[in-house]
Amino acid sequence: MSSTDTPPEEKLYASREPVFPRRVKGKFRNLKWIIMAITLGIYYLSPWIRWNRGPELPDQAILIDLAHRRFFFFWIEIWPHEFYFIAGLLIMAGLGLFLFTSAAGRVWCGYACPQTVWTDLFILVERWIEGDRNARLRLHRQKKWDFRKVRLRVVKYITWILIGLATGGAWVFYFTDAPTLLVDLVTGHAHPVAYLTMAILTATTVFFGAIAREQICIYACPWPRIQAAMMDEDTLVVGYRHWRGEPRGKHRKGAGAENLGDCIDCMACVNVCPMGIDIRDGQQLECITCALCIDACDEMMEKIGKPRGLIDYMALTDEPREISGQEPKPVWKHIFRPRTILYTVLWSGVGFALLFALFIRADIDMTVAPVRNPTYVMQSDGAIRNIYDLRLRNKHGETREFRVSVTGNDTLTVTLQDSDTDAGDTIPVNADEMRIVRAYVEAPAGSEPAMSDRTEFTFWVEDDVSNERVSVDSVFNGRGQ
Amino acid sequence: MSNKKDVETTGHSWDGIEELNNPLPRWWLYTFYLCIIWGIAYTIAMPAWPLVKGATTGMLGWSTRAEVADKIASFEEMNAAVNAELAAADITAIEVGSDVHNYGVNMGAAVFRANCSQCHGSGAAGNKGYPNLLDNDWLWGGTIDEVAYTVQHGVRNETDEARYSEMPKFGADELLTDEEIDQAVAFAMSLSDPEGDGTNLVGGTYDLELAAAGAEVFEINCASCHGEDGTGDIYQGAPNLTDAIWLYGGDHDTVYETVYYARFGVMPAWGQRLSQAEVNAAALYVHQLGGGQ
Repeated sequence: MSSTDTPPEEKLYASREPVFPRRVKGKFRNLKWIIMAITLGIYYLSPWIRWNRGPELPDQAILIDLAHRRFFFFWIEIWPHEFYFIAGLLIMAGLGLFLFTSAAGRVWCGYACPQTVWTDLFILVERWIEGDRNARLRLHRQKKWDFRKVRLRVVKYITWILIGLATGGAWVFYFTDAPTLLVDLVTGHAHPVAYLTMAILTATTVFFGAIAREQICIYACPWPRIQAAMMDEDTLVVGYRHWRGEPRGKHRKGAGAENLGDCIDCMACVNVCPMGIDIRDGQQLECITCALCIDACDEMMEKIGKPRGLIDYMALTDEPREISGQEPKPVWKHIFRPRTILYTVLWSGVGFALLFALFIRADIDMTVAPVRNPTYVMQSDGAIRNIYDLRLRNKHGETREFRVSVTGNDTLTVTLQDSDTDAGDTIPVNADEMRIVRAYVEAPAGSEPAMSDRTEFTFWVEDDVSNERVSVDSVFNGRGQ
Repeated sequence: MSNKKDVETTGHSWDGIEELNNPLPRWWLYTFYLCIIWGIAYTIAMPAWPLVKGATTGMLGWSTRAEVADKIASFEEMNAAVNAELAAADITAIEVGSDVHNYGVNMGAAVFRANCSQCHGSGAAGNKGYPNLLDNDWLWGGTIDEVAYTVQHGVRNETDEARYSEMPKFGADELLTDEEIDQAVAFAMSLSDPEGDGTNLVGGTYDLELAAAGAEVFEINCASCHGEDGTGDIYQGAPNLTDAIWLYGGDHDTVYETVYYARFGVMPAWGQRLSQAEVNAAALYVHQLGGGQ
């Protein structure tokens, strides 16, 4: 840009400029407080919700039981073979992010992202201890480490670390019974992995939320870059109405204030920004659209008697429209576009499919793995035997007797063998467990299945208590001709 | 709080989009230095630099081989107790479902794959001349102790304890005339033909008249081992001729070959090569494959 003879000294590296966001009041700030309360509340409290599943199952409402490979969520229990539910939820989360980003820009970043929520919390704590922006700036610039500065800093860091500890602590509660673990943690009997996880999460929480803050969003997070691909000219972003605000300047009486725009250059929008940017420079990758500058500017506009919305949620297409004096497009028209409708349809499609799968799944389950080495065994009387490994799953909270039968050909009979003992056709399966049993299906000598290549038949498993039945199709291999 | 308009650009511009030349964060530079220091320290601590022979071993002396050896040693130490229990156990008294049984079956599966599958097949279904271990027909007995004995001492090998029997070469040694052999073959095949229609259980065909004439030849020459009813004798390893299991084949030509030249299937005495625990494990594994008695 500069055309001077001596090139300006090029700085390859620059230290971080600390950001001291000022306190702000307003509707978006209130919304952010509410979302913070809800998200933190869910995170910290949900491991403590109890849910009765019977004597043999854990009573924690949300539990990721890695040792037994189960995921409990209130009345839902996910087994490893049902991991597609998790995959489906992740797909929904992805599509949901597409939807929200294309409709309203980086709302995830601005309101719900843990980085934003925890940073907000850490800044709140900082403000409580050290005071608002000006006090914090003074403290920062004060070279001398007197008693007051030391005291404030020590109290602040201890509080931060306690928050980090609570965060790491809450995390481990999701993986084992929370009340038991809390007692173990306090008495020092918990597994070392629990302490290690807590230590790592405490450190990362404090580092990310309290120290690195906006630098995570700017340098570490890939999401801001990906979002650019999902935004278009109708996407709502936080913008500055420069056609209304410029030329900016202090409104002094008799100093040509009538020629100035609405922006009084009070720097309120800059001072409240947790990312340390000036929204009036236009759309920037640093902007997480937390909308705090909107609150700050609205407050100021109210004070000087101008209409709100100098800084506001708007879309790129609004700019030429408003400059030419047209009515701005209503918000719902920005949001309801073919693109967002498509995302909504896809999102709810996956959601309904998952719900459907959830409601039709049975409480007992079976998978059949034919043993095809060899394809068949001839018995001494000429009968042909096929061997199958059955995986019987009992999702009930109590032990159930499973009865296995075969249909499809009257000559076929089935016998279960449980590790060297003949178990007949019924076998008990413990509560919430999978049991592998070997099933021998036999066709008598000379019968049609024994003499043909392939005979299709069906395995049935029935729970004697609920009479619930599940079937799996399989194939019987005979001698062939 | 820098004003973006003051940021240097690289002078590159595409479609009006200028490439800014923002300075990198200082901490990024320190991270970079830290990585270099870490890298150097790592190559000193861990095996890293290739030399003409081998590589530097690193100050920590870590190696993948040593780690594997440690793991194997620790597994062996963990298994030592149950291994000793399995080796010392009375194999008929091992309770199904007990830890020793589970351990033995799993260990036996590994022993089987390494030592037995070459002849009996990876699925234990055998082959011509090598018995199928999945069915309910056993030459030398299918109870757990008989199976264990067979594994331990083998069949028709050079050891004294091996299971031994020898079928005469009725044709090659001219013990029977050609006609008698034809009759004996037909009669032997008729034993596994409950319907008596000239086709036995495995589809082999024979002459009904020859078979009728062969009863006497069989009684004189074969019944001493195979039994008068032809159901065999596990104490001599004489096959049951009335069932559908034919080790070498139940068609006419194969049965004729068997009677003419006899068979002499051999199995090594695995007790000489395997530990007692491994022998017991292999027996437990084979016994639970579906045919055990």
